[in-house]
Amino acid sequence: MLFESGGITENLDGFDQLSWQGGWINASRPDTGEKATLGPSQNPVGLQQLPGVSYGMTHQPTYNPMQAKAPAPPGTGLYPSGPYQPVHPVSSYQPGPPLSSYPAPSGQALLTRPLMGGPPSHTPPQSASPGPRLPPAQATPPPPAVSSSSYYPNPRQPQPMAPAWHYNTAPPPMGQPTSMSIPPRGPVPNHVNPAASSTPSSTPYSSAPPAHVPHSVTQPPGPGMPPTSLHGYTQPGPAPPPMTHMAPHTYQPSRAPYGPPPTGPPPTMKPTPPPTGTLMPNATPPPPKADAQCGGAVNSTLPPTEPDCQEGDIECPGTVAGNGPQAPNSYNHVDNKMAGLPQPGPPGRHLGHYPSLPPGYQNTSALHNAGPPMHPAMQAATQPYTQPPQTYQQPPGGPGPAQLSQSLAALSLQSSTPESLRVVNLLQERNLLPPNPMPAPTPCLPQDLQKINCNPEVFRSTLTSIPQTQSLLNKAKMPLGLLLHPFKDLSLPVVTSSTIVRCRSCRTYINPFVNFLDQRRWKCNLCYRVNDVPEEFMYNPVSRSYGEPHKRPEVQNATIEFIAPSEYMLRPPQPAVYLFILDVSHNAVETGYLNVFCQSLLDNINALPGDSRTKVGFITFDSTIHFYNLQEGLSQPQMLIVSDIEDIFLPTPDSLLVNLNECKELVQDLLKSLPNLFEKTMETQSALGSALQAAFKLLSPTGGRMSIFQTQLPNLGVGALQSREDPNQRASAKDIQHLSPATDFYKKLALDCSGQQVAVDLFLLSSQYCDLASLGCISRYSAGSVYYYPSYHHQHNPAQVECFQKDLKRYLTRKIGFEAVMRIRCTKGLSIHTFHGNFFVRSTDLLSLPNVNPDAGFAVQMSIEENLDDMQVVSFQAALLYTSSKGERRIRVHTLCLPVVNSLADIFAGADVQAITGLLACMAVDRSATASLSDARDAMTNAAIDSLTSYRQSVLTIQQPGLLAPACLRLFPLFILALLKQKAFRTGTSTRLDDRLFAMCQLKYQPLVYALLMIHPALYRVDDLTDEGALNINDRTIPQPRVLQLSVEKLSREAAFLMDAGTVMYLWIGRNCHPNFLTQVLGVPNYAAVPDNLYLLPELDTAESQRTRAFIGWLRDQRPFFPSLHVIRDESQLKPTFMQNMIEDRTESALSYYEFLLHLQQQISK
Amino acid sequence: LAIIKCTFTFNLFYILFPQIIAFDELKTDYKNPIDQCNTLNPTIEKVKKIKRVKIAIKLVLPEYLIHFFFCVMFFCAAEWLTLCLNLPLLAYHVWRYMSRPVMSCPGLYDPTTIMNADILAFCQKEGWCKLAFYLLSFFYYLYGMIYVLVSS
Repeated sequence: MLFESGGITENLDGFDQLSWQGGWINASRPDTGEKATLGPSQNPVGLQQLPGVSYGMTHQPTYNPMQAKAPAPPGTGLYPSGPYQPVHPVSSYQPGPPLSSYPAPSGQALLTRPLMGGPPSHTPPQSASPGPRLPPAQATPPPPAVSSSSYYPNPRQPQPMAPAWHYNTAPPPMGQPTSMSIPPRGPVPNHVNPAASSTPSSTPYSSAPPAHVPHSVTQPPGPGMPPTSLHGYTQPGPAPPPMTHMAPHTYQPSRAPYGPPPTGPPPTMKPTPPPTGTLMPNATPPPPKADAQCGGAVNSTLPPTEPDCQEGDIECPGTVAGNGPQAPNSYNHVDNKMAGLPQPGPPGRHLGHYPSLPPGYQNTSALHNAGPPMHPAMQAATQPYTQPPQTYQQPPGGPGPAQLSQSLAALSLQSSTPESLRVVNLLQERNLLPPNPMPAPTPCLPQDLQKINCNPEVFRSTLTSIPQTQSLLNKAKMPLGLLLHPFKDLSLPVVTSSTIVRCRSCRTYINPFVNFLDQRRWKCNLCYRVNDVPEEFMYNPVSRSYGEPHKRPEVQNATIEFIAPSEYMLRPPQPAVYLFILDVSHNAVETGYLNVFCQSLLDNINALPGDSRTKVGFITFDSTIHFYNLQEGLSQPQMLIVSDIEDIFLPTPDSLLVNLNECKELVQDLLKSLPNLFEKTMETQSALGSALQAAFKLLSPTGGRMSIFQTQLPNLGVGALQSREDPNQRASAKDIQHLSPATDFYKKLALDCSGQQVAVDLFLLSSQYCDLASLGCISRYSAGSVYYYPSYHHQHNPAQVECFQKDLKRYLTRKIGFEAVMRIRCTKGLSIHTFHGNFFVRSTDLLSLPNVNPDAGFAVQMSIEENLDDMQVVSFQAALLYTSSKGERRIRVHTLCLPVVNSLADIFAGADVQAITGLLACMAVDRSATASLSDARDAMTNAAIDSLTSYRQSVLTIQQPGLLAPACLRLFPLFILALLKQKAFRTGTSTRLDDRLFAMCQLKYQPLVYALLMIHPALYRVDDLTDEGALNINDRTIPQPRVLQLSVEKLSREAAFLMDAGTVMYLWIGRNCHPNFLTQVLGVPNYAAVPDNLYLLPELDTAESQRTRAFIGWLRDQRPFFPSLHVIRDESQLKPTFMQNMIEDRTESALSYYEFLLHLQQQISK
Repeated sequence: LAIIKCTFTFNLFYILFPQIIAFDELKTDYKNPIDQCNTLNPTIEKVKKIKRVKIAIKLVLPEYLIHFFFCVMFFCAAEWLTLCLNLPLLAYHVWRYMSRPVMSCPGLYDPTTIMNADILAFCQKEGWCKLAFYLLSFFYYLYGMIYVLVSS
């Protein structure tokens, strides 16, 4: 039904309203503009990259010369990219074939590769530009000579591929040397990784010192150039050079996965030529081994990084990506490897097809199997590959001199395009899901920029390449937006300085992407104004040197924190104030939450963030409001009851909020007695509105945080609500009503709160309808958070109790920022269209956040107001100004730099399907509130249809049958389907209104990583966990099973599966599950003995139990909230819930994945 | 009657101009939307103990009311043509007010959504369109007035 209603035209309308923004990437990179300033170096870079991609040998020689010539950092940075590329082909491409439906392992793969890479095409242009280099290269690489010969032919001849491969692997060393010379970029991506693996990646944001070391090393190798190189660096002006230091740190972890492990470490250390030779042997001879090693390395290396630095995980892809394209490649590569490892043989293929699908499906698969070589899949695969190269070739070839400077970017793009733009026929390739969590794609930036770029977990864009014009964006039919997690728990470099250097016209904070015109002037990267460098900034506290402003931590870190001087304060920092508002009506007492709350607070009372001035207060309410006088000197807490709820007043304004340290005993007394105080209450009414007004009065002088615990619909006094839900309509496929608030009381109150710097957090523990749509406004506009525990009961629902306990603990002890504002600035020409999240928008780019907490995520839709014609990169800067719980005013600044592109193909190549899904979900939530749920659903479906249509019409040059998508968007339809089946948007399945609204809140409020799990849960098989490929964190071995598709087809009665749906986990036990698992993990003798309400795994001293618990614990540790675990059997009540998460399967009211694809195809071919 | 028309339209200008300027301010000047909506919406201020509701009628409602009053006058004067010209706008005003966001007080604009680029752009566009309409009708009324004066 949905589909029918959503015609394309309708879709378009929907998009307009949603304000879609499209993006594309140019083959020829404008981004490199900064590099252009570097001039000489750039050209070489471009050349190198090209060769690197296509031919490893030639490049090597070029590199050396390059180094010598241009010590300038940028140039070198570019070079390193060259090495990268070689790596990519190896990793990405080889795996590629298996993933794709190709039957033929080696031969075919080889064939396809050349096509994909399009190296031949590239090479000519390259050679032309770098003409001089080629010769030197030849001279330099003696060892590779053999390989080189094979290499050249490679492009044309498939067979050579294998050697090419080796070769590629070999190149990394080359890159390393180059990288050495240019500490920042080149080495970092590939080489560093290995290094990173060895060295803990924990210091992503730490100051540059480690980076320096590489520099010193590099300089020496650079013949003749060494000392000068630094100067050259600065002169180029482009901020990028300084960046490099930082980058290595952050990225190291990430890279590890990609870079072939063996090559990585050595390269960093050595000078270029020798290393290549030595390395070559290792890498080349056993190419397959290399892969295997890589895979292994990935496993081993990744784990450490992930645990150590939260950021690290995501970044990994990004780092590799120094060039946008690389990232995708690398990650695919990893995936492939991963897939390959677990599944011996030709995993790609078998998985790829839909063997067990509906009849229609089988036909296709059968055909496919029958004639693998000929088959459509093959054709599709090969053809698309060939195409991309052609399109891309043009840019390199065509480019005038100006483009040469951009060549780096272009090169990287080209190399990447094959993978991220590889055409995937969704109808024929089934197994598209990466076996491990997907990393974020890396923008196609020069490596030096990319190295220092903001961590994608913190700051991420839906399109990693920004379209040049709005019309291009509209053409691409993809939303342009940013996803932020600005207050994430990080260890950051903190700068204390009396003057914070900012642009004088746009107030941008100085950041790694500014240009230093000379020692004394810098050019803002947002408004392009030239500013003076203040005297103070000339001194670098990290290196204790003078005259190197580009090496200051502000210019080395894309994420940094300042201690703000007094001009950033409107009033002196206020103490941390916490006010708890507790529902004590009969209903609340029944649920028994008071005990848990009081106990948790007692346990954590010393861990509340704050200083000696911290204040707390308590208000309870039923039909009256109870205040508690905790004034110092009283022997016991004094309860004051106000029954005039129509005109609320504060009985003793001075003693209701008390200093926690001075009155701790009274507070503890109160908490101990509170649960008993209302045990016998028979009051059923709830005057929440009045309690909130009272609390607002109490907090308005200082601001602070109020936490409301509510268990029923407020039904008395102001803000009273009525039940609007008709339980019989829950499952109706018609439009869902009442998604918007019934009254604006809570919204207005929230705005008042926001004005007084008060945030309201709502804990809803209710079994009945509570009208979250109305109540939620109180948190939404005051930047609070909402927690919802449906059917909470202290006896009947122990899983919820545990969840509540853990959440409360986190809530009470997590970091908090008061009186915060966040401003998002972007390069001139871009503007912010809409914000998503919990906050109040104070002006076009300013969010008012009375409180900010580390679990809050934000999304921003962007639009392009002016053409970005002459820009190579654009930057976004999010600055969060807040008062810490210690009374310090701080500013946290994140800066993200993205390339600008001018072709649709590039936009598609840079699409980040996860971020797009996250942003779409936010937009759909808005849509369902302003229009209707069905509108929102149509809009989402249309999003998929439109973008794939656009891809087909504008990017694909050869039309083929089937539903074609670029590799980077191959999961888009799946995610859209998952969204349609998500609790927030599903229809036809009985969903309580509050559940639905809570899911919507979460989609808007959760940082992307967690929101994605809610949209598309991860399914793991856990009865056969092994230590193979396991992570090792703090001496714990954490197995890494692969992510399975969400289809019943993947379940088996002989196994046990864990589904991780973000806030909840299900452990499904098959009926014939191996008794070993039952006894060793669950501690029960047989299947029938599995208890119905099991939510804890017994701590058994068996290897299986330890593995399982380690894995679950590891999953839980990765997120700030506590996912409850439910062990379910076939008879369990929760089984339907579990099955509803089987997104790829058909349900009564929703399409299966395959049907959905067919629907998309039908719409697209219209 | 024509003279009355003239003066009334003039009044409308005075009302509409600040509105447009206000939206423009909002877009460019970073004015706090809460203040903004308070100037555009009638505000109900509760003055502490004294339960006195003071409605500060500001911009939007007066515009609507004056326009409505116009239409009534045209109707009384049997100026069918002018009435026809104004009816669509009247209908639009009614619709606009009916579909306003959920609010407990009179007013059209919601401070939490006004900063959405689409809504802000729409409001601005709406302001300019109405300004143009009032301007044209002003000249039309002026012409009518002069015509009447001359012919009499």
